[in-house]
Amino acid sequence: MADAQSAPTTPIHDQNGSEPIVQIRGVTKKFGDVTAVENVDLDIMQGELFCLLGGSGCGKSTLLRMLAGFEFPESGSINIDGVNMSDVPAFERPTNMMFQSYALFPHMSVEKNVAFGLEQDKIAKAEIEDRVHEILKLVELEDYKKRKPQQLSGGQRQRVALARSLVKEPKLLLLDEPLAALDKKLRKQTQFELANIQEQVGVTFIVVTHDQEEAMTLSTRMAVMDKGRFIQIGTPTEIYEFPETRFVADFIGSANIMPGKVTENGADHIRVATDLGEVYVDHGHTFAEGSQIWVALRPEKIYLTTSPHETAGPNQTEGMVDDIGYLGETSLYKVRLTNGEIIDVTAPNLIRPKTRTHGITWKDKVYLRWEPSSAMLLGS
Amino acid sequence: MYGKRSRFLTIMLSIGLAFFYIPMILLVIYSFNYSKLVPVWSGWSIRWYEKLLFDSPDVWAAVSLSLKIAFVNATFATLLGTLAALVMVRFGRFKGRTLFGGMLVAPLVMPEVITGLSLLVLFISLKEAIGWPAERGFTTITIAHITFSMAYVAVTVQARLTGVGQTLEEAAADLGAKPFKVLTAITIPQLTPALISGWLLAFTLSLDDLVIASFVTGPGANTLPILIFSRIRLGLRPDINALATIIILFVAICVAIAAILMFRQHRRDLRDQQLAAGEDA
Repeated sequence: MADAQSAPTTPIHDQNGSEPIVQIRGVTKKFGDVTAVENVDLDIMQGELFCLLGGSGCGKSTLLRMLAGFEFPESGSINIDGVNMSDVPAFERPTNMMFQSYALFPHMSVEKNVAFGLEQDKIAKAEIEDRVHEILKLVELEDYKKRKPQQLSGGQRQRVALARSLVKEPKLLLLDEPLAALDKKLRKQTQFELANIQEQVGVTFIVVTHDQEEAMTLSTRMAVMDKGRFIQIGTPTEIYEFPETRFVADFIGSANIMPGKVTENGADHIRVATDLGEVYVDHGHTFAEGSQIWVALRPEKIYLTTSPHETAGPNQTEGMVDDIGYLGETSLYKVRLTNGEIIDVTAPNLIRPKTRTHGITWKDKVYLRWEPSSAMLLGS
Repeated sequence: MYGKRSRFLTIMLSIGLAFFYIPMILLVIYSFNYSKLVPVWSGWSIRWYEKLLFDSPDVWAAVSLSLKIAFVNATFATLLGTLAALVMVRFGRFKGRTLFGGMLVAPLVMPEVITGLSLLVLFISLKEAIGWPAERGFTTITIAHITFSMAYVAVTVQARLTGVGQTLEEAAADLGAKPFKVLTAITIPQLTPALISGWLLAFTLSLDDLVIASFVTGPGANTLPILIFSRIRLGLRPDINALATIIILFVAICVAIAAILMFRQHRRDLRDQQLAAGEDA
């Protein structure tokens, strides 16, 4: 994965050698003195569900608005389906957008809202009716077509917005925080529905979100953004298991990150001296002996036991439970090592305890161990 | 704690309301006075109403002129004020925007005497130069009223435009609506409450105006405020009291209708909320 730095222009879903549906080249957008998007390159293939993930103000929404045609880049170019979009206004683009607040027209019924886009294209009345009916069936809202948006629940409004943006069969559907306004339970359920609908209609989706769980569930590929730039682009698994920088390792999920010094750089392994003791990694990484690097270890990849290690060696350490966060399905243990460092460890609560407390509790002496493949080594 | 204070509050409220409404009540009572002299009570009568309704063509001419001016003024002021507000809120930055914004609201703070005088000078010199307006009256008063009530409309519409935001318009454009279609299908319906209140405001301001109309009117063109004021100058008159009572009644009916409409809207909103809350999957 070390060569993934060039990933932006390397499409991975290019099965039949077709052109990417979206080509972004060197796009920069400034608002006054603030650079919202800086020199961004991106290719998105037909049928992808691509997520732009980042904190607020990272430029993800600006990039989406430039694709929709609400903002225009200062420099660089955007091609959609092979056509340069520099002079194409929003109302002539083959894209549709689903807005964060849904932006349903309050003075129109559900039916009229969904039909609005088709009416702009001067399509025959009978066909409009058919297509509206069909799309409302897809989102299971046929019985509500006469209602006004304010007579619908949050989940229903979200589905009307989706139907309205899909009914024109755009080449590209842009979704701005599509699930942010829903409560947690509904959001989880809708995540899968959204992915299913995308599979059914086969339209390319670009989703902007600040919620990493959402991005990981939905996307076939995602980009992590910070300060107007792409930090890393890849599948959810690549981003989570093979982060390229400390920022990504820390931003996606949680990680214990500590400095280390490379002591041995073998052909098929590498050894690093850290506060955790010696870390042995059996794949992929290559760093010069003696160089200072960062070691990141995800809390769920550490085994936690109360029985001492059987043999001495790398990838193990010991400490004392300093604090416990009980989350139901898992527990988060804060383990204080003998040198004072605190390491986060999560463990699933596999067994329902007979007493009212779990096996490991405060002040217990615990032993930590992890697989040779688990530690992630980061150069920056 | 509230028990003790409430008595004080009730008294203060009563005094305040009395201060506002006793003059109007007196006016209504005296409109039914038989006597020709307003301050002298000499029994109940509706003779002033009869006189007003059947024997005062000049009053009704003034009422009709005022209503005509108010209607034309409100319509043009709403049109121009809305265009100005759209330019201010939706067209981003352009050269001279600050100056334009300042000039737009200047009539709000300009003393009426100045506005009236400067318009009079304008009309006179226009007549000298191009022969129009030939005589001052309906046209000049309407133009004068449009110049200042437009500012009120612009401010009202501007506030609403800023309040509703641009998202719905963007959504419409995204669905393929061209700018003019966005304006008619989305922006205008969104603005309706502001357009109605702007129109009513302009209408009321025009009906109400005495100072500016006095400057720019000509012989024979009396609006209602000008007529009432010129008669009062010759002493209080009972038929004017009757006219004022009719106006109060008219305004009261309008307010009642507005209240009923608002109550209905509120009930509809509540019903919608209940409907929406019952739908969560």
